[in-house]
This record gives sequence, structure tokens and C-alpha cells, in this order.
Amino acid sequence: MNRKSIIAYPYVIWMVLFIVVPILLVFYYGFTVDTGAGAKFSLENFRRFFEPVYLMVLLRSFALAALSTFICLLLGYPLAMILASKDFERKNIMLLLLIVPMWMNFLLRTYAWLTLLEKKGIINSLLSALNLPTINIIYTTKAVVLGMVYNFLPFMVLPIYTVLSKIDKSVIEAAQDLGANSLTTFKKVIFPLSLPGVISGITMVFMPAVTTFVISRLLGGGHYKLIGNLIEQQFLSVYDWNFGSAISIIMMIVILISMGILSKYEEVREGGGLL
Amino acid sequence: MRKFLRRFYVFLIFLFLYAPIFVLMAYSFNSSRSRGAWGGFTLKWYRELFRDREILTSLKYTIIIAILSAVISTILGTAAAIGISHMRKVPRSLVMNISYLPVLNPDIITGVSLMILFIFANINFGFKTMLIAHITFNTPYVILSVMPKLKQLDTHIYEAALDLGATPSYAFWKVIIPQIMPGIVTGCLLAFTLSIDDFVISFFTTGVGVSNLSITVFSMARRGVNPKINALSTLMFLSVLILLIIVNVRMSRDIKAKKQREATLI
Repeated sequence: MNRKSIIAYPYVIWMVLFIVVPILLVFYYGFTVDTGAGAKFSLENFRRFFEPVYLMVLLRSFALAALSTFICLLLGYPLAMILASKDFERKNIMLLLLIVPMWMNFLLRTYAWLTLLEKKGIINSLLSALNLPTINIIYTTKAVVLGMVYNFLPFMVLPIYTVLSKIDKSVIEAAQDLGANSLTTFKKVIFPLSLPGVISGITMVFMPAVTTFVISRLLGGGHYKLIGNLIEQQFLSVYDWNFGSAISIIMMIVILISMGILSKYEEVREGGGLL
Repeated sequence: MRKFLRRFYVFLIFLFLYAPIFVLMAYSFNSSRSRGAWGGFTLKWYRELFRDREILTSLKYTIIIAILSAVISTILGTAAAIGISHMRKVPRSLVMNISYLPVLNPDIITGVSLMILFIFANINFGFKTMLIAHITFNTPYVILSVMPKLKQLDTHIYEAALDLGATPSYAFWKVIIPQIMPGIVTGCLLAFTLSIDDFVISFFTTGVGVSNLSITVFSMARRGVNPKINALSTLMFLSVLILLIIVNVRMSRDIKAKKQREATLI
């Protein structure tokens, strides 16, 4: 039987060359400093990251991503519930319409908001035509959050919808028969059962939001540096690979740990089930 | 009332999702360059789009890289999935866990790590490096789509084929491959779309003169708003919409046909 594993070897070689070696190189650069006479082992890059300037960037990235994730959940959960409800007509078309923007190029979607939010953009022309005060949110954190919510909302709705539509309707009916009102039914039955979907929705929104550098660059105008912008800058303009690698390592560890915790939680939920 | 509120909510969310796209589409026909004013209907931006060397070349590279990386990663990934399923437990979980890395890792980290590698190995940045990067992040997705099909595979059918005198390679092509075909097709399509949509990893692994559509849009958008991008968005949106409608119609037709077949069988 084991002879057959040979056909995986081309991939294994590819994997070592282009997944393992690059990650090892990131670790190598992260843990060394260039002394001029060659690389030397050092934790200097990590120490530097804990300087207030950089910690602020990390904090800001997490705050903005958390806020966007929260807004996505707030907007997305009701939508998922409506789409999953039995009496909602044209369900398939609505789902398709939800997926279509996801298939459109990410850059173009972000660019669309650039034209809408501009100082003399469409929203402001409409507002001034109606004699209303214009809004100036382009190149602010508000625009960045808006861009994140816009880009990642479908990623929140779809997993919640999937879980909600699989809930056994008789469980809900049982709760109602036992005298629960709709709020109690939601709190005690529907929401707990939908948690796996909520968690994968949160992961699918939070992870790309926290590492983005495109949205913050285009809609934030480069004033609001996020962790992704910091990494990009270290590699493409400052050429400090050592520091850039250290930030990447921290980012990678934080993300892999949170993914691990979330997936554990999901398993417990699924395994626990109703009984 | 309740029904109305629900419909209104759905309407508002979809307005939020689609308004920016529709505004872009409308303004792609606006002859005035400024966004505030409507200067009359024109196809000028479309003509300019098709004359724009930069955009056309990046479109060409996007498609070539998407096709090449999808085909190569499908072959590499399918073979890998079959091989991995025959591995012993420890090497199997090792390979699978490493394969998860590009899926779980933020794109930016995959991008910079490959960039370091290419500089370290002294490879010139350009078409080659971008293609390698795309194959690298696509292949794990192919493996993940083929794996479940391999797990469902009934090994007895393969053994039956061997008992009936088929050579192992004949049985492989005639028995195993057709059964895991849905997974292979899903993986290939996934790889193709991921490659077309990628920006971050391409951004770090491309060189002078070679860029895909996302990179071109990014550099144009940084220079400010450009009506040619509106025209491009309109065309991309319409092609995605048409493609998805075709896929959807075909899928629902297949489901209907399947149901009918089952009904006649009963």
C-alpha cells in the first residue's frame, strides 16, 4: 500500500521548498539582527515591537477589526435569520445575490467606496443637492471600518445562514409549545444552536480584517496604519526584513492560537449537540 | 407588518451591497470626468479601456496565471491527496498540517515569506515567481477538496476491478479518478477563482512589468479615481453575474433531472 504514497512526493518537495523554507526564513530573520559583519541571534526585533508606537498599531488593528466584526454580526445575523426562515420566497436568488459581490474583485469593491466617499463624490453631491450638510469620512477610521464591513459582510452571513437553515424546526416548535415567547426561544434555543456558524463567521471576518493593508491604504489614505501596512512598509519601503519578520511571527502566532481556540470551541459545540 | 419589515431590512442590506457597484456602473457611462456631475452618456471610457496597454497586459497575465496555476495545482494536489491518503499516520498528519499553513496564515505573511525566499535564492521577480506563488497557495485548496471524496471512496470497487483483471493503472484511471472527479473539479475551480482574485500574495511576488488586474487597479486607485476603472468594474461584474447564473441554472437543472430519475426508479 505504502508504495502508492510516492505520487505525493512532488507535492511534498514543493511544499518543503515553498511553504516550509519560506516560514523558516521568516523565523531566521525575525530572530537575528544584521550587524554588518553578518547576522547575529537577537531578540531585539521583538523588543522593538513592544515600543508604544508599534503597540498602538497592533491595538488599532485589533480594535478596528473587532468593531467591523461586531457590526457585521449585528447586520448579518438578522439577515441570515430572514433568509433561513421557511416562508421567505426567492431564497436561492437572494443567496446568489449575496455571493455575487464576493466574486467581484476585492480591489474593485474597495475602489467603489473611494468614488462614493470622495469630498466631491456622489454621496456628498446628493447631500448638497438636498441642502444637507456634507460628510467627510474619506481617509478616516470610519471609512476604513465601512470598507471592512462592506467587504466582509457576506462572510458573516453565509456560515450563520448555513447553520440556521439546518436547525431542526421541531426543536423551535417544542420551545414554543412549552410556552416560550419568541425572545426566549431565540435566546435559549436558536442563538445557542447557531453558535458554530457565528464563530466561523467571526473568524472569516476578523482574520482578513485584522491583517488587511489594502482597505486602510485606499480608504484610510495611509494615515491610519494597521499591522498589515506596518509589515508591508518594513518589506517594501524601509527594507528592514528583520523587524518585518518579527512582526509577521507575532501576527502568525496570534492568529494560529486564536484559530485553534475557536476551532476547539466549535468542536465542543458540535460534539455536545442537543442531547 | 412583520413581513414588510423583514423585506425592508433585506432590501436595505442589499442596497448597501449593491449601491456602490451600480453607481460605478452608471458612472462608467458618464462623459464628465468629475464624479459630482452627469455630463451625458458616452462609451468613451470603454474605448479607452480597450486601448489601455497597462490594463490589457495585466488582464492577459491574470488569465494566463489563473489557468496555468489552476491546472498545475490540480494535478499536483490530486496526486498529493491520493498519495497522502496512503501514508502512515504520522507523516500524513505532518503533511496535512503544513498544507493548512497557507490556508490559515494571513495572505500577507505567505506573501512576504515567499518574497524573502525568492530574494534569498536570487530568483528574478516576475512571471515565474508569481506563478510559483499562485501554485503554492492554490494546491492546499485542491487537496482539501479532493480529500473528502477519497475518504468516501469504497476500496472494494477498486479491488473488484483488480479481481476482474484490470491492471492497477487501468483501475486507477477508470475507477478511482471518475469517483473523485467532483472533488477535482471543485478544487480546480476554486484554484482558478482564488488566483484571479488574489492581490496580496501577487503584490509581494511580482516583478517589474508583470502585474495582474488587482495590482493594476491598486496602483491606479492610489493615483486617484479613474473612469476607466468604472468601465472595467462594469464588465467584470456582468461577467461574474452571467457566469454564476449559468452555473446556478445548470445546477438546478441537474438536481431536477436527478429527482426525476429517482422518481421514475421508484
